[in-house]
Amino acid sequence: MVGLSAFDYAAVWPEILLLVMACLILLVDLFLPDQRRHVTYVLTLATLGAVALVTGWSARAESAYALHGMFVDDPLSDTLKVMVCIAVAAVVVYSRGYVVARGMFRGEFFTLLLFATLGMMVMISANSLLMLYLGLELLSLSVYALVALQRDSAAGTEAAMKYFVLGALASGMLLYGMSMIYGATGTIEIPKIAQAVADGKANATILVFGLVFIVAGIGFKLGAVPFHMWVPDVYEGAPTIVGQLISTAPKLAAFAFVMRVLVEALGHPSILAEWRQMLILLSVASMAVGNIGAIAQTNLKRMFAYSTISHMGFMLLGVIAGDINGYGAGMFYVVVYALMALGGFGMILALARDGFEADRLEDFKGLNRRSPWHALLMLLLMFSMAGVPPLVGFYAKLAVLQAVVNAGFTWLAVVAVMFSLIGAFYYLRIVRLMYFEEPTDTSPIHGYTSARLLLSLNGIATLVVGIVPGWLMSVCQYAIQSSL
Amino acid sequence: MTGLPLLSLAIWVPIVGGVIVLVAGAGNNAHRARWIALLVALAGFLVSLPLATGFETYGHSMQFVEKASWIERYHVDYHLGIDGISLLLILLNGLTTILVVIAGWRVIDTRVEQYMAAFLVMSGLMNGVFAALDGLLFYVFFEATLIPLFIVIGVWGGPNRVYAAIKFFLYTLFGSLLMLIALVYLYNASGGSFALADWYRLPLPMGAQTLVFIAFLVAFAVKVPMWPVHTWLPDAHVEAPTGGSVVLAAIALKLGGYGFLRFSLPIVPDASHALSGLMIALSLIAVIYIGLVALVQTDMKKLIAYSSISHMGFVTLGLFLFNRIGVEGAVIQMISHGFVSGALFLSVGVLYDRMHSRQIADYGGVVDRMPLFASFFMLFAMANAGLPGTSGFVGEFMVIMGAVQSNFWIGFAAATTLVFGAAYTLWMFKRVVFGAVANGNVAELADLEWREIVLMVILAVAVMGMGLYPAPFNAILEAPVSDLLLHLDRSKLP
Repeated sequence: MVGLSAFDYAAVWPEILLLVMACLILLVDLFLPDQRRHVTYVLTLATLGAVALVTGWSARAESAYALHGMFVDDPLSDTLKVMVCIAVAAVVVYSRGYVVARGMFRGEFFTLLLFATLGMMVMISANSLLMLYLGLELLSLSVYALVALQRDSAAGTEAAMKYFVLGALASGMLLYGMSMIYGATGTIEIPKIAQAVADGKANATILVFGLVFIVAGIGFKLGAVPFHMWVPDVYEGAPTIVGQLISTAPKLAAFAFVMRVLVEALGHPSILAEWRQMLILLSVASMAVGNIGAIAQTNLKRMFAYSTISHMGFMLLGVIAGDINGYGAGMFYVVVYALMALGGFGMILALARDGFEADRLEDFKGLNRRSPWHALLMLLLMFSMAGVPPLVGFYAKLAVLQAVVNAGFTWLAVVAVMFSLIGAFYYLRIVRLMYFEEPTDTSPIHGYTSARLLLSLNGIATLVVGIVPGWLMSVCQYAIQSSL
Repeated sequence: MTGLPLLSLAIWVPIVGGVIVLVAGAGNNAHRARWIALLVALAGFLVSLPLATGFETYGHSMQFVEKASWIERYHVDYHLGIDGISLLLILLNGLTTILVVIAGWRVIDTRVEQYMAAFLVMSGLMNGVFAALDGLLFYVFFEATLIPLFIVIGVWGGPNRVYAAIKFFLYTLFGSLLMLIALVYLYNASGGSFALADWYRLPLPMGAQTLVFIAFLVAFAVKVPMWPVHTWLPDAHVEAPTGGSVVLAAIALKLGGYGFLRFSLPIVPDASHALSGLMIALSLIAVIYIGLVALVQTDMKKLIAYSSISHMGFVTLGLFLFNRIGVEGAVIQMISHGFVSGALFLSVGVLYDRMHSRQIADYGGVVDRMPLFASFFMLFAMANAGLPGTSGFVGEFMVIMGAVQSNFWIGFAAATTLVFGAAYTLWMFKRVVFGAVANGNVAELADLEWREIVLMVILAVAVMGMGLYPAPFNAILEAPVSDLLLHLDRSKLP
């Protein structure tokens, strides 16, 4: 057993802070009249900022354990947690204009966001299957509620229902898989599972049987084909702001999930070969369905959904590579993806108005005429998603391609770039609509200054991080290297 | 050598300048955008001049080298340096940018700042391609040029511009993605280095060499473009605005030829030797077949586009002859083609701005109304046909000589271009310029204005100068071409 004390406060400080603040905000919000609701907004942002700071502050190079070894605080968790906080804070800032216009500017929205964040953080720091599951459920339940937050929206309710039913199914599978692994190894603690597998004490048949269910559950959470059915419907039906949340921060947590379960617990070469084959299948199918499916879409949110599917397929390539280098590349990919998805949804939010969602492709027609700046930002985001240098999306693709070629899967790299060529087509289509066509709607673009600033920052970041990508790559590599 | 990072300046002055134009010209401030753009273009060219004056003509190593760590994680360096080949292309690029800014002065009247900024940024990126000594840095510049060109074709192009822009983008992206895998493969094979110098030394088995060669071939062949992946070029040329066509023909196509020189030949010499037959065959098909295709075109821009492909066939032919005169001829042909095709597209642009038609049939008797224009157009047409005394002759002649040296029949086949080239160019010229005044529109044509005269004179001087006195070009090319041939002679099989 690696854990020293049963309860090392330093390791769980950020989570405790977040939990306390989330409850506090829930209470404070009850006593706020509607016109003072912005207090909740500010408190939420302050909480996320404080949690990120505390996490960064307490970050240490070595791992610390808490809660009888069920909880781990290592560089990987610190890095991902800070990024999750930043992503959720960005969602909060983007949300303001949108939720105010739609009557969702209420305490529930913010507290649910905070509980979802707590779920993600627990997931990221989990050192036992049970903790992992708890975090995942806290995240999922909060997000189901967020999707259904617009009570009288039929699409939103339908999306929430679908998400919930399929999500519950996936959770069930995951839990079943975990129980199999427990059966095979006799423990739910991740380091002990790894030990049992390495010692050859685990029953291989049961282990692989459980592994299949775990991979299916992971596939569902990532939205990888063939477990992707919910993604387009939820993205389209959910309020745009919730779509933005789903496509960003939880992906970071899901990546941590993959690292903890597949790599830390089941990373032994004998098992690695098993899940690698499954992931190759998932990855290729995701890139195929995601990129080809996106072409047929006329709704931008649905298009982003398919784009997420393909990006997750691409990210999995890094995991498939099966070495430190590949995991670092995968982490870089998921971080970059979150940055781009934030911006993409941020653009839909920026164009949305009262009772108008701006989520159809034609809403972007002639954007260059309406606002050259917004068009330029969207151009950067789209080319970045397509993976054209010097934008940051290119380096993400480069990193995973390098890893996968290094691992000897050159054919997989060829398949991947061919699908990303197909993918380039639908990103180009957005650029085409913005630049080559005349606008049908010429109303000026309004919005909160904070959201506009953030959007500008977000778009520019894809270019700036693209010109100097080294530091972010190093951060991801460091996090992986010193934690695994 | 001066202490200033001259190559970085040549890259970043136009790019930063382009951003300034974008900001300063926002809000329909077209006038200001034009003037700042011209200043930036001039500044961009001026900062590249010290490269020429300070260049050590017979030096065998890379010059004006700059090196700094860029992405430490993958050992990627911001590593710049030029030899004679890069120098010529950088100068050509700087000059072309000035011409493009002037050419778009009056014609472009919507979103001027975006138009000018796109060209300036592109110019800086192209300089980056020609100066990069690091594989990944090269790729980043190489790919980044697609974005501004895509926008230029799609926004300011002709009626079918959307189709042309997307076709252009996807075609070139397809090629370069395969190249990316080859680069990653070389990175892994060389133990984690993107430096070209390391790759030149890297021994590779034949199978790997062949695959890498093919990946590079797809990328560069699409850019050149070689038959049979040339079909995007006529569409892109026809639909692009004049400036777009000029840059495409003068600079963008050179990226392909340059890529062969910098990557394919020295990195995988054995595969280059093994597949040279294929390359020569493809080049000859481009020269002869595409030359014949050009003959039947009814659209002037399309005709020049096909003529471009045919002339670029000479470049690839010369490169894969593996003898000094052929390779040197290929590089000179690249530069010359930059001037000549640029000039021809500008000439067609001059007519198009007045008549809004590119159809040969709509013209006739232009000489009666535009005698000055007709004289310049004549010179450029002659250069395109390869008349001695123009730059077009030098490159073609050298490549044909090189071809005869290696095999008489290759030389013979290549030489037919002198017939076909003359046929399609001069026949077009005759139908457009001579004859009776075709219709009322032609009768109202006005001759060149001073801005156009400036453009024409610059290009005419370049075409004639290079044709009459090519010795300095040969001198500059001597060292890099010998180095290249040395690489080609050494087998890299382990």
